[in-house]
Amino acid sequence: MAVCIAVIAKQNYPLYIRSVPTQNELKFHYTVHTSLDVVEEKISAVGKSLGDQRELYLGLLYPTEDYKVYGYVTNSKVKFVIVVDSSNTSLRDNEIRSMFRKLHNSFTDVMCNPFHNPGDPIQSKTFDGIVSGMMVQTG
Amino acid sequence: MECQEEKPIIYTMENKPIVTCAGDQGLFTSLYTSLAQQLPREPMEWRRTYGRAPKMIHLEANFVQFKEELLPKEGNKALLTFPFLHIYWTDCCDTEAYKSSVKEDMMRWQNSLRAHGSADWVIIVVEANDTKKKNKTNILPRSSIVDKIRSDFCNKQNDRCVVLSDPLKDSSRSQESWNSLLLKLRTLLLMSFTKNLGRFEDDMRTLREKRTQPGWSFCEYFMVQEELAFVFEMLQQFEDALVQYDELDALFTQYVLNFGAGDTANWLGSFCAPVRSWSGLLLRRPIDMEKRDGIQRGEASLLDLRSYLFSRQCTLLIFLQRPWEVTQRALELLHNCVQELHLLEVPVLEGALDCWVFLSCLEVLHRIEGCCDQAQLAANCSHTVGLWAYATDKLKSLGELCGLVSEKGPTSEDLNRTVDLLAGLGDERPETINSLQSPYKKLKEALSSLEAFERHYLELSHAAMEMYRAISRLRSARLVGKSLAEFYMRKGDPERAETFLQEALKSYVSEGWSLPVTHTRKQVAECQKLLGRTEDYLQTSALLAGDVNLTMEERKHFCQEILNFAGKSADHSHKLTLSMGVFAQLTRLQFHPAAASVHSGAALQVELTLQCLMPISVRIQEVAASIHFDVDHGGTHGRSTGVQRQTNPGTVEFHQGNPSVGPPSSSTAGPSLELDEIQDRSPSDNSLNSTGLICKNAHLFVRRHDNSSLPDTPNCVSPPSVVMKEGAQMLKMQDVTLKPGNNSIIFTAPSGQPGTYTLRQLCATVGQVQFVLPHIYPSVQYEVYSQEPQLTVEPLSEPLLAGLPQTVKFTLLTGHYNVKKGVALQLSNTDTMPILPSTTCTARISNPAAGVLSIQSSEKVTSISLPPTPPYHTLEFQLEVLCIIPSGSERPANERLTNGEVRHRPRSYSHPDTPMTAIDQRMSIDCPWSIYSTLLALTFYIPFKAKHSLLCAGNRKYIQVCVQNVSDMNFMLAGVKLTEKQHVSLELQSLNTKTQQLLCNKHSMFCLWEVRWKDDLPSCLQCVFSANFAPLNQDVSAFKPFHYQFQLERVTTLYSVRAEILPPAGEQHCRSGLLCGLEVCITRLTEPAEGEMADEKTDTDGLRSTKLMYEVADSSSNWAVCGKSSGMVSMPVTANATHKVQIEVMPLFAGHLPFPKIQVLKYLPHTASVPIQPDPDSCVENDSLSLLDKALDDQGDTASIRSRGSVHSVGSGDQQQKGVAMPRLEPFSPGQVFNHSHAQQVLVLPATDDHIMEVNAT
Repeated sequence: MAVCIAVIAKQNYPLYIRSVPTQNELKFHYTVHTSLDVVEEKISAVGKSLGDQRELYLGLLYPTEDYKVYGYVTNSKVKFVIVVDSSNTSLRDNEIRSMFRKLHNSFTDVMCNPFHNPGDPIQSKTFDGIVSGMMVQTG
Repeated sequence: MECQEEKPIIYTMENKPIVTCAGDQGLFTSLYTSLAQQLPREPMEWRRTYGRAPKMIHLEANFVQFKEELLPKEGNKALLTFPFLHIYWTDCCDTEAYKSSVKEDMMRWQNSLRAHGSADWVIIVVEANDTKKKNKTNILPRSSIVDKIRSDFCNKQNDRCVVLSDPLKDSSRSQESWNSLLLKLRTLLLMSFTKNLGRFEDDMRTLREKRTQPGWSFCEYFMVQEELAFVFEMLQQFEDALVQYDELDALFTQYVLNFGAGDTANWLGSFCAPVRSWSGLLLRRPIDMEKRDGIQRGEASLLDLRSYLFSRQCTLLIFLQRPWEVTQRALELLHNCVQELHLLEVPVLEGALDCWVFLSCLEVLHRIEGCCDQAQLAANCSHTVGLWAYATDKLKSLGELCGLVSEKGPTSEDLNRTVDLLAGLGDERPETINSLQSPYKKLKEALSSLEAFERHYLELSHAAMEMYRAISRLRSARLVGKSLAEFYMRKGDPERAETFLQEALKSYVSEGWSLPVTHTRKQVAECQKLLGRTEDYLQTSALLAGDVNLTMEERKHFCQEILNFAGKSADHSHKLTLSMGVFAQLTRLQFHPAAASVHSGAALQVELTLQCLMPISVRIQEVAASIHFDVDHGGTHGRSTGVQRQTNPGTVEFHQGNPSVGPPSSSTAGPSLELDEIQDRSPSDNSLNSTGLICKNAHLFVRRHDNSSLPDTPNCVSPPSVVMKEGAQMLKMQDVTLKPGNNSIIFTAPSGQPGTYTLRQLCATVGQVQFVLPHIYPSVQYEVYSQEPQLTVEPLSEPLLAGLPQTVKFTLLTGHYNVKKGVALQLSNTDTMPILPSTTCTARISNPAAGVLSIQSSEKVTSISLPPTPPYHTLEFQLEVLCIIPSGSERPANERLTNGEVRHRPRSYSHPDTPMTAIDQRMSIDCPWSIYSTLLALTFYIPFKAKHSLLCAGNRKYIQVCVQNVSDMNFMLAGVKLTEKQHVSLELQSLNTKTQQLLCNKHSMFCLWEVRWKDDLPSCLQCVFSANFAPLNQDVSAFKPFHYQFQLERVTTLYSVRAEILPPAGEQHCRSGLLCGLEVCITRLTEPAEGEMADEKTDTDGLRSTKLMYEVADSSSNWAVCGKSSGMVSMPVTANATHKVQIEVMPLFAGHLPFPKIQVLKYLPHTASVPIQPDPDSCVENDSLSLLDKALDDQGDTASIRSRGSVHSVGSGDQQQKGVAMPRLEPFSPGQVFNHSHAQQVLVLPATDDHIMEVNAT
């Protein structure tokens, strides 16, 4: 499962970022932040060719030695990033996709909350629970 | 593969399918050149098995001499050396020769082929014309040789023998035979491929299926499938060749994964051996035979296998012109290998993998550079940059490992490690031995010395950064930069590090990534400390001290850094200025009083709420806020008259995000627009000239737009902007201790001069350090005003009733004016509203003190002496006033008030909100503080409405007065009286019994008097009704008079009308439906009076007579008037002159019917001299209304009678146009005609004859 899950606002600041607590949180922040480069590249590349028929799932953004970083962009340009351990070979593309879809659904629920101010960091417990379910269970 | 001589072929990779040639070698040699040239000239379609798409291929062949050894032995799977076709060449045309030698040779050839199971052969018979001619006589025809060969060898396959005619001649026949030969060869070759490759693939698949069996070896299988790949490559089918390698790759990967999952294959053991060599990929050779041999022997390590596999894939991809796939696959491979070694738990020397990755990255990049030009490379940075960055990363970790990233240089332990690592690289490969820039040399050099390492590392870092920038992956570039900065820091070069760190920090801050911000900022702080940049360092420290991402220990450390500096002895006068926002935030500002607007000299407190971000309490020597003062020019006058200006909010909340990180929501959303409405009014009449909207905080938007750096970045605090203004007014507070969290500081604000005070800057001083908030935003200001005295007069209770004493409240706002003893207000008296003297008149001053008021009235002026009142107090007192109800219509001449103003006549008018009649009373007050009089208006309401009417009975007259109470109060009325002013002889006898009467609200009271006279009743009476009234339950002294004047005219009764209904002849009573007579008797009662003369007319016979018109009309449809209903009578103007008129009427119903209404009107004949044209229809007696209507447009018709029908429209436009000459009708005044039979009834019996009742049923 994932080792880090992040939701990034349209303006590229993090709305939510959580990583497996045993790992270096800071490193994931850097990784996710850097991955925005590729997200932007992919969005602009797609925007030119296909117009609005865009696939939300961006696929593997970039592999590193230790992690694979996957991206997903909603129509409102909110980005989801899932970082998976490279040694975790059991995860197929389809599973990553479904993780993103689940994340997106939960995110939509958060946005539907009338007490949530869009643009604020996500503090929903339900969302947190969904994310926890997708994260590597440690200890 | 045993044949050593075949090997060089493989090295060159210019393999061609092998075709053996037997028979006449000399003949073949002579034809070889053209054969080798022409064979690949035309493509052939290759139909494939297993549904693979057919391909067009150009066939080439390597023609070798037939040898027995070339034929593959049983079980040899080698495909590369497999002869796909065997050709036997002969030009024998002699039967003898054929029989003696050639046939035998062929036999042998055939047998050896058959022995090896090869069925791919062809016999080519070359025939030349010259040979034919030479042996013309004794030879058999050529065909017979061919036939012989065919019958001997190709018993069923005639196509296995081909004739080539005149091959060396340039004739069409020769060409034709060449073409058919080539076609045949190609077809046979392809057939052979299909057959042999198919067989091979089947074998291969069988082998693969056995992979679960214990003895199966991946390496063996690898060799088999690679053979297939070689053949495809040989056939230039690179795509197919690549597929073979990809399949092998996938198969291997799967095994490794299964291993990870616990499913171990035996053969994997060799791959789990400790890594001893990490020489990197080798991509310069088409086939790395060393590694291939290793694989074949089952001795290859995982890295060897992966390297070999990748080198083959790389070669094929480059053949396929897909270099960018190489880089992509390379990165995947490198990551994957690292993972796989980890997964297989292969022991690796620390750093060995880094070496391998580094070398491999560079090797791939070199390989790509070798096959692409610069432009292509530049355009495809995005594909190569990953490798560059990866190499940089690895070199850095190698450097760290080998002690090359430090100031001191490597220790002996580091050196040992370096030596071990270099040993694993082995010797440099022969391919690159002459190249100066080989990866091998680079690595060796980099690890050899500090300087060389730095050079190589910087080179790589900069290359990676530039590429990232070129493809605008700025975040990645900054991350590399940051890594470079860390390197510089380790090297003790903070100066160079800082720029990279700042750049990265800026990016994180602007995008609001708090954790990277904190981390980078910490690095920046370290850097700034090393550089000795105190101001910047302290600024950064302040930010870090307030950073919640850090531990309390760290925060305290940074806070202490600031305090330590602040506590240093002041050796220089210049104080260090830092931005306030990082230290403490102004969250709230409150004014006491909340209106933030005080009169000059009043106390005003400003409460600041500062949220201190420091982790510990900080003692501040001084907190100061500078104030900007604007003199309020218009204010002194504006207050007294104008509307209250917009008040400042008493509490200002400051919304700021966390300063250490770019506040996500607020920074992106920006400040909200603050818009205000402005109205430009004309000073003279207060009419609107223009209106508009202004943006109060436009400067913020403008600034944000062109300045990308956030205000909290340290370098943004430029000293000039934060210098506190000298000499400006300040709010100061000494010795404040700010605790972490919210602190409240209360200042007393100056309020001396009137004007607007704006809080501009805030400054907290801690020893040598000043924290300055350069702008307080949103702007906070308070107002000090100077107010003019203001006097208002308002009713104590609404509404004010006229005629009764009413209390009026005077309110004086003293403003800046000090009411001293003896100061008095001068009220101009008016007759209609006297001020009632009161003995107990006190004034209330806003503070509970009370003063005594003395009122002195003179004829014109009432003077009110005010008690002494300090400025900005409210003085209140009450006065009783009485508004006299205007009784009549008299209008006194204009008077002037004492102050010279024209006295305003109290004018009564009806107010739409109330049924009461309103009177406006104006007051003029002279105040000592102003040269102008204050004009005030009070509205009073008259509580009563009076009506009068004249009633008469024959000659007797009565006057009725109706008084209606329209107010909401209940009154007592007493002393009701009616007097006549002019006629003394007249007596008005009251018929009212009660002396006092209750008049409830909204009720009416009627009073009646009989008029009695002695001699003559005057035609005009001037009456005054008067009564005293008081609110209910008040004593007698409270009664106030109420007067009502009215005039009655034409009071005398002139005529009496008496009607009588006569039953039909012989009847006792009237019956319905029968005509009866109506006799109207009009009698003149009085002698003509003076005023009546105008109406009279002298007849031709000299008698004075008046023309009257009578009219009988029954509005209630009781009667039908038959015949004429109206007519004219000429009455002599003498008393008792009588005129009788007979009219026929018919009762329509039975019962007591009221008499038909009889009306008598004055007829005024036209005065003009023009005689009216007599008209046949114009009879006065005409009573038909329809006729009147019809005659509307007929002038002549209407000339005389018109007026009757249009009594009510007299004076209307229509009549006016026709001139005054028209005769007119005029009603008498009430009381002038007395109708005796008014309301009289007559009994009407039902009709006698029939008692038919009509019943209608529907």
